Amino acid sequence: MGYERQPDFGTPQVHSDTQVALTIDGRAVIVPAGTSVMRAAAECGGSIPSLCATDNVAAFGSCRLCLVEIEGRRGTPASCTTPVEPGMVVHTQSERLARLRKGVMELYISDHPLDCLTCSANNDCELQDAAAEVGLRDVRYGYAGDNHLGLPVDSSNPYFDFDPSKCIVCSRCVRACDEVQGTLALTIDGRGFASTVSAGQSGDDFLSSECVSCGACVQACPTATLQEKAVKQIGKPERAVITTCAYCGVGCTFRAEMRGEQLVRMVPWKDGKANRGHSCVKGRFAWGYANHKDRILSPMIRESIEEPWREVRWDEALAYTASKLNRIKTDHGARALGGITSSRCTNEETYLVQKLVRAGFGSNNVDTCARVCHSPTGYGLSKTYGTSAGTQDFDSVEAADVVLVIGANPTDAHPVFASRMKRHLRQGAKLIVIDPRRIDLVRSPHVEAAHHLALRPGTNVAVLTAMAHVVVSEGLADEAFIAQRCEADDYRHWADFVAQQRHSPEALEPVTGVPAAELRAAARLYATGGNAAIYYGLGVTEHSQGSSTVMAIANLAMATGNIGRAGVGVNPLRGQNNVQGSCDMGSFPHELPGYRHIAGAAVREQFEADWQVTLDPEPGLRIPNMLDAALDGSFRALYIQGEDILQSDPNTHHVAAGLKAMELVIVHDLFLNETADYAHVFLPGSTFLEKDGTFTNAERRVQLVRKVMEPANGMADWEVTQALANAIGLDWRYTHPSEIMDEIARLTPTFAGVSFARLEAEGSLQWPVTEAAPDGTPIMHVDNFVRGKGRFMVTDYVPTDEKTGPRYPLLLTTGRILSQYNVGAQTRRTDNVVWHEEDLLEIHPADAENRGIKSGDWVRLASRTGETTLRAEVTDRVAPGVVYTTFHHPATQANVVTTDYSDWATNCPEYKVTAVQVLPSNGPSEWQESYASWSARSRRIATEPAE
Amino acid sequence: MDLAQLTYMANQIARNLAAQGEAAAIEATRQHLADYWDPRMKAAIIAADGAGLDPIARAAVERLRPAAE
Repeated sequence: MGYERQPDFGTPQVHSDTQVALTIDGRAVIVPAGTSVMRAAAECGGSIPSLCATDNVAAFGSCRLCLVEIEGRRGTPASCTTPVEPGMVVHTQSERLARLRKGVMELYISDHPLDCLTCSANNDCELQDAAAEVGLRDVRYGYAGDNHLGLPVDSSNPYFDFDPSKCIVCSRCVRACDEVQGTLALTIDGRGFASTVSAGQSGDDFLSSECVSCGACVQACPTATLQEKAVKQIGKPERAVITTCAYCGVGCTFRAEMRGEQLVRMVPWKDGKANRGHSCVKGRFAWGYANHKDRILSPMIRESIEEPWREVRWDEALAYTASKLNRIKTDHGARALGGITSSRCTNEETYLVQKLVRAGFGSNNVDTCARVCHSPTGYGLSKTYGTSAGTQDFDSVEAADVVLVIGANPTDAHPVFASRMKRHLRQGAKLIVIDPRRIDLVRSPHVEAAHHLALRPGTNVAVLTAMAHVVVSEGLADEAFIAQRCEADDYRHWADFVAQQRHSPEALEPVTGVPAAELRAAARLYATGGNAAIYYGLGVTEHSQGSSTVMAIANLAMATGNIGRAGVGVNPLRGQNNVQGSCDMGSFPHELPGYRHIAGAAVREQFEADWQVTLDPEPGLRIPNMLDAALDGSFRALYIQGEDILQSDPNTHHVAAGLKAMELVIVHDLFLNETADYAHVFLPGSTFLEKDGTFTNAERRVQLVRKVMEPANGMADWEVTQALANAIGLDWRYTHPSEIMDEIARLTPTFAGVSFARLEAEGSLQWPVTEAAPDGTPIMHVDNFVRGKGRFMVTDYVPTDEKTGPRYPLLLTTGRILSQYNVGAQTRRTDNVVWHEEDLLEIHPADAENRGIKSGDWVRLASRTGETTLRAEVTDRVAPGVVYTTFHHPATQANVVTTDYSDWATNCPEYKVTAVQVLPSNGPSEWQESYASWSARSRRIATEPAE
Repeated sequence: MDLAQLTYMANQIARNLAAQGEAAAIEATRQHLADYWDPRMKAAIIAADGAGLDPIARAAVERLRPAAE
């Protein structure tokens, strides 16, 4: 297939129950009321030339190229701003229109460089297309008049250039920044002929402005004014493949636009139901890691972690690994072996790793990175609603009247969904933010939270219980919903509990730090403001009461009847691209795919029959338990696919000790990550561009990942796992991931109707996809909860054991920022480092002043588990007594400081609460220097002597 | 397995379930240990003398014993 841009209908799609019939160029057309004439023409295959119109922003009507004639009307209205009307008769081509359009084009071209042959947008330029469409042959005005051709290029952004000499001032970029992204970083500066696109304030360039580099402006630009540097360097793409992003749980779909085997650019797919044609800086631009020089392409082995790595052939690496695994199993039993699945890998790959552990190793010692992020979601929502998943699709936010964001920072961690949320907030929905930090959503252009409950870290349950107290004690509960949909006894018990005076906002204010009146107002708004939706993230789960907080959220939604329709619900914002999928695929040690407990004989027997093995009926070890068991010698071998537990898991010293105690650590990854410092086998991994499969996003949407280039290491990750399985004696014969999905569908009721063929046909499917819901389930629990009746769970506030005191008087909370992703293994190897080249410690001005700390100073961050140093950023974004940092850089290793306190139900680490001290420092800590030295030594790769 | 760590975990589970009332909390704690703890973890806490366990956790571990043995 040759390269074509995705069709552009000129103005956004309109949804209406009323259909309008009209005639365009003699063709009868029926479209929803409110549709523009331009879009109606495009939908029936016509084409009206235009420059300022594009279908992801509202019509603007400035270029005057899309003029049409309408019978019975005077003049030539712009088709983009003219809505259809019943019986309208439209002509898009006439001599008069041709003359007018040619005149407009002459004006544009008189101030445009005539360098088409050397322009990076040659043959992919809407201005060029429009000139051809109107038949422009000359320009009566000449080219000697005043013009903008000498304006300098702004190359400050690492991924795209802004060349104002090519700009036609159509404002598409400005409108995309306003309407699609919601950052409002761009404007038209000046008036009339002096009008130019400007990023930020006078003196700013794109990099120094508030631009978040989402690329919506680049996508919207009809010329080469805003153009990807990669297109300039590589040339115009020659084909496009639809695939799914490998960053974050939003699950954006893209057209991977290719030239040969080279990726030229990622362009958001407008038909993608998760992202609706938008993207962020990571998904659109940060894919350079795929070809980074650090990538390891050959398998490597070593007897001891003290030795340098030795590159070997695949067959030698697999035989060596299998021999070790089999010996350890023989000597120490199946329960001495385990694996960690990757939330960055596909469903099919994750499924195979858990199958390898269960059917091959013979244990249930399989876990996943969801252990350290959303395992409390699995526990909490299962107990209350009956399944481990968010209740809504992303579209649902557009029907919300009140949005409650707790413990999430969507503009940084889920930016594409945040843009949709912000658009809806700008339209008038109310916002409640519950977060210790003043996240960007609290106040950003045209968005301001009605209530920001800046609670003390670790008091989520107290705040939510106080909100529930207000709902119950002020008679705001939806008694009809509760009576019909929920377990009556459990509700009564819960209502009696939360109604106790000790749970009132006033009684809990000293604990939470939230003014009682503010909390009451927020609770009333949530309960009475119409459709109310809760969105939450790791600020909910990564606490010693993470599971309790999830249940408290679920309780609140049930108590107010905010479940089971559009605009409401409980929505966990998943961190990694396939956290939902990895959990669905049986990555937890106590359950088989589809969240079914391993102790259930009937389910186990189904898998045993299919896999032709006997399964261990007992739950296996979680990641922290594996590390503990390694230290006592009962756990000895670990296969880790696509996770870096040394950097991402808490208490780095403990993780290192556990890994060091194991006989065999197999790391299967793109790079020699921090965990690989303690590994004996390295199996090179493949990127999402190099394999087929599926990811499942935060709204349970299963989407295809398509191979756009061959794996640089020779094998996709599912093939590596299969080769390892066969090396230890299994007989797996999958020839394509679609066959793995067929097995998943056969064994997992919620995936019964999922197949690659259906995904190809439908674009995506939201599980459950069953006989009762053959096209999937956008909104769950509509008539009944999965468990039947919803169950209120009493959630008593139990303070964390992590206490501040004289030695460690501040509370550290950790998180992420927009430009970096998780441990940074991918994004640190891209130009995204220009926005975040090191982790910084945010500290309040009062705490900084007390310690003599200024922004940019080195500071020592110490807890009872360890210490590290990093630079300070003094900001009132954090409250007094609270400090904040990210964990993207191994040089900082923020998790040296975090403790091994964890959620009571799931052992999800308490990353969000660590008692620390911060003091001035003069450089890296002793530990940082010794770790850097050790890490460099551990990553040596032996050079084979010449034969 | 580190018994102190297991004892801490069992007490933490019991503390968070205590609001259900003693009898229900004991059963819920037992069920939690049965459902989520690896056999070596269960065996280690059952084999210990219960020192350091809170009353609910201790009773739950007692009830876990026959099933595990």
